[in-house]
Amino acid sequence: MDEVLKFFLEYKDMIFIIVLSVFLGIEVISHVPAVLHTPLMSGSNAIHGVVIIGAIIVMGHAESTLSLILGFIAVILGTLNVVGGFVVTDRMLEMFKKKKK
Amino acid sequence: METIQTFTSELSILEISYLVASVLFILGLKKLSHPATARSGNLWAAAGMGAAILFTILFHQKDGQPIGNVIWIVVALAIGSFMGWYASIKVKMTAMPQMVSIFNGMGGACAALISMMEFPKMQDHLAQTGAAHMLGGEGIAILLGLMIGGVSFAGSMIAFGKLDGRIGDFKHPILRIINLTFLVGLFVALVLILFMKPEAGNNLPIYLFAVAALIYGVTFVMPIGGADMPVVISLLNSFTGVAAAMGGFLYGNQAMLTGGILVGSSGTILTILMCRAMNRSLLNVIIGAFGVAGAAGTEDGDKTVKEISLSDAAVLLSYSQKIFIVPGYGLAVAQAQHLCHELDNLLASKGVEVKYAIHPVAGRMPGHMNVLLAEADVPYEKLVEMEDANNEMSNTDVVIVIGANDVVNPAAEDDPSSPIYGMPIIKALDAKNVIVMKRSMAAGYAAIPNNLFYHQKNRMLFGDAKATLQKLVAEIKSL
Repeated sequence: MDEVLKFFLEYKDMIFIIVLSVFLGIEVISHVPAVLHTPLMSGSNAIHGVVIIGAIIVMGHAESTLSLILGFIAVILGTLNVVGGFVVTDRMLEMFKKKKK
Repeated sequence: METIQTFTSELSILEISYLVASVLFILGLKKLSHPATARSGNLWAAAGMGAAILFTILFHQKDGQPIGNVIWIVVALAIGSFMGWYASIKVKMTAMPQMVSIFNGMGGACAALISMMEFPKMQDHLAQTGAAHMLGGEGIAILLGLMIGGVSFAGSMIAFGKLDGRIGDFKHPILRIINLTFLVGLFVALVLILFMKPEAGNNLPIYLFAVAALIYGVTFVMPIGGADMPVVISLLNSFTGVAAAMGGFLYGNQAMLTGGILVGSSGTILTILMCRAMNRSLLNVIIGAFGVAGAAGTEDGDKTVKEISLSDAAVLLSYSQKIFIVPGYGLAVAQAQHLCHELDNLLASKGVEVKYAIHPVAGRMPGHMNVLLAEADVPYEKLVEMEDANNEMSNTDVVIVIGANDVVNPAAEDDPSSPIYGMPIIKALDAKNVIVMKRSMAAGYAAIPNNLFYHQKNRMLFGDAKATLQKLVAEIKSL
């Protein structure tokens, strides 16, 4: 039990962020119209591309050639997620805008 | 968790940029859920991402060391950006779900790779300090990131294959048992690895763990019917969010943490909303009762379908007052949305009121049909949501069903044995006449027989949606 309590104390800041973000995420999109389901999914898909930051950190501190190569691949994959995600979402939403005119 | 660093203004700026990025992610998502602000919301989130990436490269430090290999990082960013941008520009609107699935898989793979690289480092470090086990926040975050990221990657690739028609459904009751075993096995393995005595260079367990996660990703998605892929992609999307958050936990990185968890929770809600639109539970989707019961449904034997000729259809449409078009994925596949718009313009010029009845899950993703019709410049006002369309159905002369099937299947209302029983549908039969445009009598994507086709109000217009629409437009013009 002490271990669990110690764990909580050690990571309390992040546990707070996690719990509050869960509620925030639910609240933020709970009234989305069905029309926007696909763009919203695509947009949030791009946002989890934030994992790219982890890839940059790993690669930036890579010590061996192997970890440099793996990091290189990770950065490419993360960038694909980010750039592809945002561009695809923008393309979808561009069409919504056009038809309003 | 990183050790406490001494103050430098660079580190402060970096953390501020993460705060700004988190706020932009939240505002971006918020704006994305309103039609008028959606596009700027996407750009805001992208700006937040750009800032977080830039400042990480410039100012991030680990044990006092700045980011190295900057040239290679920039090269990787450039390659990824070009590939991502090119693929997104080239992809057809109909193939959008597949594309999202691929990008999602890339994010998952990225998260899994990070864990694969961080685990040996952690193990070597713990081995040096003579720790008895690897239990702790760092170990948990690494292993969860690897597991969830791996499942998300493998699952997304299978989902892509299914949507693209490269992979068929593989349903077998034994898969359920295999899946459950794998899922339990993964968690057991996770705990076992955490309690292992760290030993420098002993990386076999983590490799095996990664392989198991990948296999589970495949067997998890494999039995789920193709029609349910949107729900699966949305679910995997939230998985990747959680995997990214694990990375944030590992590095004490708030931008990754908020971004990842936001997507994780909003993605889960979105998944549930999608399920609700089909009147099914998430569990029902995952276990995959859909296709198994597909053979059920009433087979009354001698049912006949009536066909309608092109000229009859043209006359019927031209002398109607009010028409609803019910578009489905078949319309999108045939790339017929532009012709469809031409037909509706033509009829409108003859004084016919033409509107589109959009089922929330028409197409391959919720909202997919709106995007496709928008591509063909169909005005926003003409798109009517299912409930409003159903209210107007009784004073509608003709309903034209183009390449849609399950969303107009009356079995959802009157056949409790049907797998789609309870799903809200567009009540085409409330209108005076129904014309179904379809390539053949084959069942829809969910493989459920449709009694609408045999109804006396309905007549079939067989053929490829595009070719048929072309002929129909020509026929109406010549009247």
